[in-house]
Amino acid sequence: MQDVKDTSDTRGATTPADGQKTQEAGPAKPPPPNPGPARQQAMPYGIVGQRLEQVTRRVPVDEPPPLPENAKLKSIGKPVSRLDGIEKVTGRARYTFDVQLPGMLWGQRVLAPLPHARIKSIDTSAAERYPGVRAVHVMERLLSTAKLRDPKAEQGNRYPTVRYAGQPIAGVAADSPRAAEAAARLIKVEYEPLPHVTDLEEAMKENAPRVFPGPTEQPSTAGGGGAPPGLPQKGNVRGPDSKPLGMGPRGDVQRGFAESDVVIDVEYRTQVQTHVPMEPHGLVADWRDEGLTLYASTQYMGSVRDEAAEYFDLPKSKVRVICDYTGGGFGAKYGIGNFGLLAIHLSRKARAPVRMVLDRREEHVSGGNRPNSIQRLKLGAKKDGSLVAIQLKAWGSGGVAGGAGVGFCHSTLYECPNVQMEQYDVFTNAGPCAAFRAPGQVQGIFGLEQSIDELAERIGMDPLALRNKIDVSRTDDAVARAHERRVGAEKFGWSKRRPAGSDKGPIKRGVGFAQSQWLYLVHRNTGCEVRVLGDGSVEAFSGTQDIGTGTRTILAQVVAEELGLRPEDIGAHVGDSRYPPGPASGGSRVTSSLTPAARNAAYRCARDLASRLAPVFQASADDIVFADGKVMVKGKASSAMPFRDAVKKAGFNEIAHRAERRDDYEGYMAVTPEMGISRHGIGGVQFAEVAVDTETGIVKVERVLAVHDCGRPINPKLTESQIYGGVIQGVSYALYEERHLDAGSGHQLNANVDQYKIVGSRETPSIEVILLEQLGAQSSTDARGVAEPANVATAAAVANAFYNATGKRIRTLPMTPANVLAALRA
Amino acid sequence: MQSFEWVDAESVEQAVTLLGESKDGRPVVAKAGGMDLLDLMKGGVLSPHRVVNLKGIKGLDGVRFDARQGLELGALVTLSRISREPEVRNRFVALSEAAEHAATPQVRNAATIGGNLLQRPRCWYFRNEHFHQAGGDDLARVRDGQNQYHAIFDNQRTAMVHASTPATALLAYGASVELVGPGGKTRTVPVSELLLPPDMKRPRDTVLAPNELLTRVRIPAPAAGTRAAYHKQGERESYDWPLCDVAVVLQLDGRVVRQAAIAMGWVAPTPRRATEAEKLLVGRPVDEELARQVAKAAVAGATPLSKNAYKVSILETVVRRTVLAAAKA
Ligand SMILES: Cc1cc2nc3c(=O)[nH]c(=O)nc-3n(C[C@H](O)[C@H](O)[C@H](O)COP(=O)(O)OP(=O)(O)OC[C@H]3O[C@@H](n4cnc5c(N)ncnc54)[C@H](O)[C@@H]3O)c2cc1C
Repeated sequence: MQDVKDTSDTRGATTPADGQKTQEAGPAKPPPPNPGPARQQAMPYGIVGQRLEQVTRRVPVDEPPPLPENAKLKSIGKPVSRLDGIEKVTGRARYTFDVQLPGMLWGQRVLAPLPHARIKSIDTSAAERYPGVRAVHVMERLLSTAKLRDPKAEQGNRYPTVRYAGQPIAGVAADSPRAAEAAARLIKVEYEPLPHVTDLEEAMKENAPRVFPGPTEQPSTAGGGGAPPGLPQKGNVRGPDSKPLGMGPRGDVQRGFAESDVVIDVEYRTQVQTHVPMEPHGLVADWRDEGLTLYASTQYMGSVRDEAAEYFDLPKSKVRVICDYTGGGFGAKYGIGNFGLLAIHLSRKARAPVRMVLDRREEHVSGGNRPNSIQRLKLGAKKDGSLVAIQLKAWGSGGVAGGAGVGFCHSTLYECPNVQMEQYDVFTNAGPCAAFRAPGQVQGIFGLEQSIDELAERIGMDPLALRNKIDVSRTDDAVARAHERRVGAEKFGWSKRRPAGSDKGPIKRGVGFAQSQWLYLVHRNTGCEVRVLGDGSVEAFSGTQDIGTGTRTILAQVVAEELGLRPEDIGAHVGDSRYPPGPASGGSRVTSSLTPAARNAAYRCARDLASRLAPVFQASADDIVFADGKVMVKGKASSAMPFRDAVKKAGFNEIAHRAERRDDYEGYMAVTPEMGISRHGIGGVQFAEVAVDTETGIVKVERVLAVHDCGRPINPKLTESQIYGGVIQGVSYALYEERHLDAGSGHQLNANVDQYKIVGSRETPSIEVILLEQLGAQSSTDARGVAEPANVATAAAVANAFYNATGKRIRTLPMTPANVLAALRA
Repeated sequence: MQSFEWVDAESVEQAVTLLGESKDGRPVVAKAGGMDLLDLMKGGVLSPHRVVNLKGIKGLDGVRFDARQGLELGALVTLSRISREPEVRNRFVALSEAAEHAATPQVRNAATIGGNLLQRPRCWYFRNEHFHQAGGDDLARVRDGQNQYHAIFDNQRTAMVHASTPATALLAYGASVELVGPGGKTRTVPVSELLLPPDMKRPRDTVLAPNELLTRVRIPAPAAGTRAAYHKQGERESYDWPLCDVAVVLQLDGRVVRQAAIAMGWVAPTPRRATEAEKLLVGRPVDEELARQVAKAAVAGATPLSKNAYKVSILETVVRRTVLAAAKA
C-alpha cells in the first residue's frame, strides 16, 4: 500500500525511530483557578441525605456564601414547570423554522447526486432567469468536513470535490419555495464521477477508493467531536488516537494479559445513528449595511456569530444572532453550516432576508450523525475481579468527517494499571458525523460495560459487586455511582435477578445494569446580567439559548432565590447574542456554567438593593433580607413590605449587575479556550428489564430505572425530563435507529422518519428516575449537567439484560430481529 | 412538489371520464384519502398534471352485510371505520385486525380501503426519486443492496413487495373488487388477481386500467364454523411496516378443519397463499405439532436474498402462532 505522505503536519507530531507517530498531549494544563482576592470558605460537600461534610475552599471574595441543601431553599431545587411551556404547547413559541420577515426569500439547495465526483462545470444561467429568483450562489468552500492537511492535492479544482451523495453544491433564493425548488432543478452541474466507498470495512481495505487524496484534519466543534490534530493517515484510515481526551496509555498491556487469570477478547459493532431533532437545521440570514442578523436553530449562538464573522470578514459586533427557541439539538447544531453559508451569501446578493431550512432528508444525510464502530476490546483480570489490562482497538466512520472515536471510558472509568487504546477514523463517502449526546462514550460504554459483565460472570461475581471493587477513582462521579448502585439495586429488586437464560418458553425475561460516565464541563466565558427596575420588576439576561432543556426557567429560579421572589416574577431572557456571553448548549454544561454566573449577578443586585433599602427600613444593609416576595429586617417580621413596594420606595431607575462564571474552586484538570474540564465527572447508573421473543427476535425494554447525579439539581422536574429523554433515546439507539446507505449509489435509503426507525410510544419503557443531590463545593450553585450522562448507559444496560434473559451476548447494535436472531444462533 | 390541477369528481362516471384524459407526461390521477398519493408527490416519484378527488362521490362509503351476499365495502370506507364496524369485527375479525394494525390512527382516519389496495410499494429504492432517474437494473440494485425488508419468495423478477396489509386478510377471505370503467362497464376481479408484482417502471401495480375506478370490495359470507386470526409482525409496535403479516381463516367442524386459507403478506411481490400448508390442515384437528408442520410447509421454497433470511424464520413463527390463534378464536 502506498503511504499517504504526511508533509504538512505542523502541529508538533513527531516521528520516533520505529516509524510510529505519537500525538501531542491533550488539552493544556490549566493555571491555578480564580486569581484575585479570595476568602477561605467552609462549604457543604457530599451527597445530601447520605453524609455531608464541611470542606474549605478558596472562594472569590465577591461571590455569595454557599447555598445550603435544596430542602432549605425556596426556588432552587423545586420542580418548577417550564415558564415557556404555554408558549410551546400553544404554538406561540417562535422557532427559527417559523421566522417570517418582511420581504423574506426562500432558499433551496442543489445537492450532489453522486457520492464522489469532481465538478467540471456549473451552469446557473437558467436558474437565474427563472421567474421569482433573486439570487443564486455556488459554494466555493465546504464546511462540516475534514480538511486536507495539504490543500495542494486538489488545488486546480474550482469547486469543492463532491465526497458524499447529498453534499450541497449551490443555493437559490426566490420569492416562493416553489420557485426556489424549480429553479434549483435548472442548475446544470457537470460531474466527473470518481470511485466511492461507503462501507466502514470496505473503506479500511488497502485498495479502497480514497475519500481524500491525502491526510486530513478535523477540528472539533464546541459540541465536542472532531479529531485530535496531527495524526497519521493511511488511505482512508486516520490514527491511531491513543490518548482520547489526553488520557492513557499506561503500563504494559502484554505483561498485564500474561499476568491475568481471565482474559475476555471480543468484538462489538455499533451502527450510524442520525440526530433527528424535531426542528431541522435552519438559518434565516438578513444582510444589511448596518450589520448581519442571523436567526438560527442552534446549540450555540456564539459559534454562529464567530463563523459568520470569520467567513464574511465582519467584525463580531456586526453580527447578531437570535434564537428564541431551538427545536432540539443533540450535538450537531453548531456553527453556520453549509446551509447557513449559502443563506448569508444569498442574502448579501439579494439584499433581502433568506430562509434556509433543511428538509428531513437533508437533515438525515448532511445534518450530522453518530459514527458507527468496530471495537476489539480485550480485558484481563485476576480471579478476584481486579483489572490487570485493557486493550482497545476501534475503527469508526464519520463519513467525510473525523471524530469517530469511542470515548475515554476505557482508561478512566475503572482502576487498571495497564491500558492501551488505538482509535481510528475511517473516511467513507457519506455525510459528516457530528458530536452526538455523549459522543464516543455511548459506543464505548456499550462494549466496555458488557465485557465487565462478562468478566463478572466468568469469575462468579455479582456485576454490581465487581463494579464496587474496580470503580474506585475517588472522583465525585465514582462516589456518586457507588451510592447509585446501592439505592438503585434496592429499588430495582436486583437481588431477585435470576441466572442467565432462566425462562423456558420462547419469551425470555432478564435484567441488566450498566454505568454511565461523562465529563463535568464548564463554559469559561459565561456572563449574566441581572436588572432590578425601579418598579420592582426583575430581569435576567444571558446570551445562551434554550434547546429544550428549560434554560429560561432555571435562570429565573436562581435569580428568584437570591431576591426572595418566585421564578415567574423574573423576566428570563436568552437567545440574543447581544446579551452577555452564554454557554454552548452542548457538553451538558449550560446549567453548570450559567447558574453560578446568574447567582453571582443576582447576589450583587441583592446587595446593592439592600444598601439602597437600608435607609427606607432604617436598618443596616446587612440586615435586609429578601424572602417570600417581601423585604424585611432580619428577625423583625413586622417590618415586612412587599418587594415591589419596597423597591418603589427606594426611588431608583434601575440597578444592573453583570457577573461571570468563576473557575471551579478546585480548578480544572484541563482547559481549552472555551472550556474547563473538571477532574470530576458525572456518574449515573441504569438498570433495565427486557423481554426477548426468541422466535421473532423482538426485544422489548419493559422497565428502566435511571439513578443519576448532576451536582445540585436546580430543577428536579426538568432534570427528570432530561433523563427520560436520555433513556428513550438510548432505547431507540439500542433497538431501532440505523442509517442505511445503498453502497452502489451512496444514497441514504431511509432518510425519512418512516423507515428510519425511532422508538414510539409503545416501545417506551416505564422509566423511573432517582436523582441524587450531590454537592461538590465547586461553584456558587454547585450545579452540573445530566443531558449526556442520561444517554450513556442505556444501550449497555439493555444488552446486559438481553444476556441475562437469553444467555447469549448481543454485540451488534441495533438489536433488530435480524441481529437478535443471529446473536441467538451464535 | 410540482404544481397540479385539482378537480372534485361528483360521480363515478365523471371520475372515469376525467381519468380517461390521462396522457403520457400529463398524468391524471385519482385521489381518495391521499395518504399514498401525497407521499409519492412530495417524494418526487409522481408528478400528476391533474388530481381527481373522489371523496365527494356519493354512495362509495357504505358498509353492508347480508347473510347471503356477504360483506360489501364501498371503496371510500376508511381503515378506521373497518376496524370499528361491528359487522366486520364480528364476522371478519382478520380484516378488522388488519385495518386496526395498519399505519397510525391519523392515517387510518384518512386512508380508504380502495386507496389502500392500490397504494404503491414501500421499497426504499422505489420511494427514492433518485432511483427513478438513475436508470439501471432495478432488481440487481435490490439484490446487491439493502434488501432486508424485501421478498423472500418469488423474487426472481422483482423483490419489491406490495404494501397493503389489509390485502393479506382480504386474500384469505377470498375477497374481490368491483372495477368500473367508461360507460359504466363493470367487472369483478378477485384480490388475488388484482395485484401484480410491483414494477418501478409502471405507473401502477394492479390490473386496474388508467380509466377505471375501484368502487367496491366484497367478501363472501363466511360458512358456519369459520374462525380467523391475523398478525402483523413489525419491528416496532407503535407504528411500523411489517416484516411479514399473516391472515388465517379456518372453517372448523368441531375441532377438525374443513377448509383453510393462509395468506402471507410482505414476503412475496404480492400476498401469497400457503397452499401446501393449507392442505396439511384440512381434515385434522389443530394442535401445536400440526401448527409447527403447517408453518414449516408455509416457508418451504423460500429464496431469501443476501440480507433477509431472518424473515423466513420470523414468518414461520408467525404462521404457526396465527394458525393456533385462529383455531382458538
Ligand atoms: C405512516 C404510514 C404508515 C402506514 N402503514 C400502513 C400499513 O401498516 N399497512 C397498510 O396497508 N398501509 C399502510 N400505510 C399506507 C396507507 O394505508 C395507504 O397510503 C392508504 O391506505 C391509501 O389510501 P388513500 O385512500 O389515502 O389512497 P390515496 O393515496 O388517495 O390513493 C392511493 C392510490 O390509489 C388510487 N386510488 C385511490 N382510490 C381509488 C379508487 N377508488 N379507484 C381508483 N384509484 C384509486 C390513487 O390514484 C393512488 O394511486 C401507511 C401509510 C403511512 C403514511
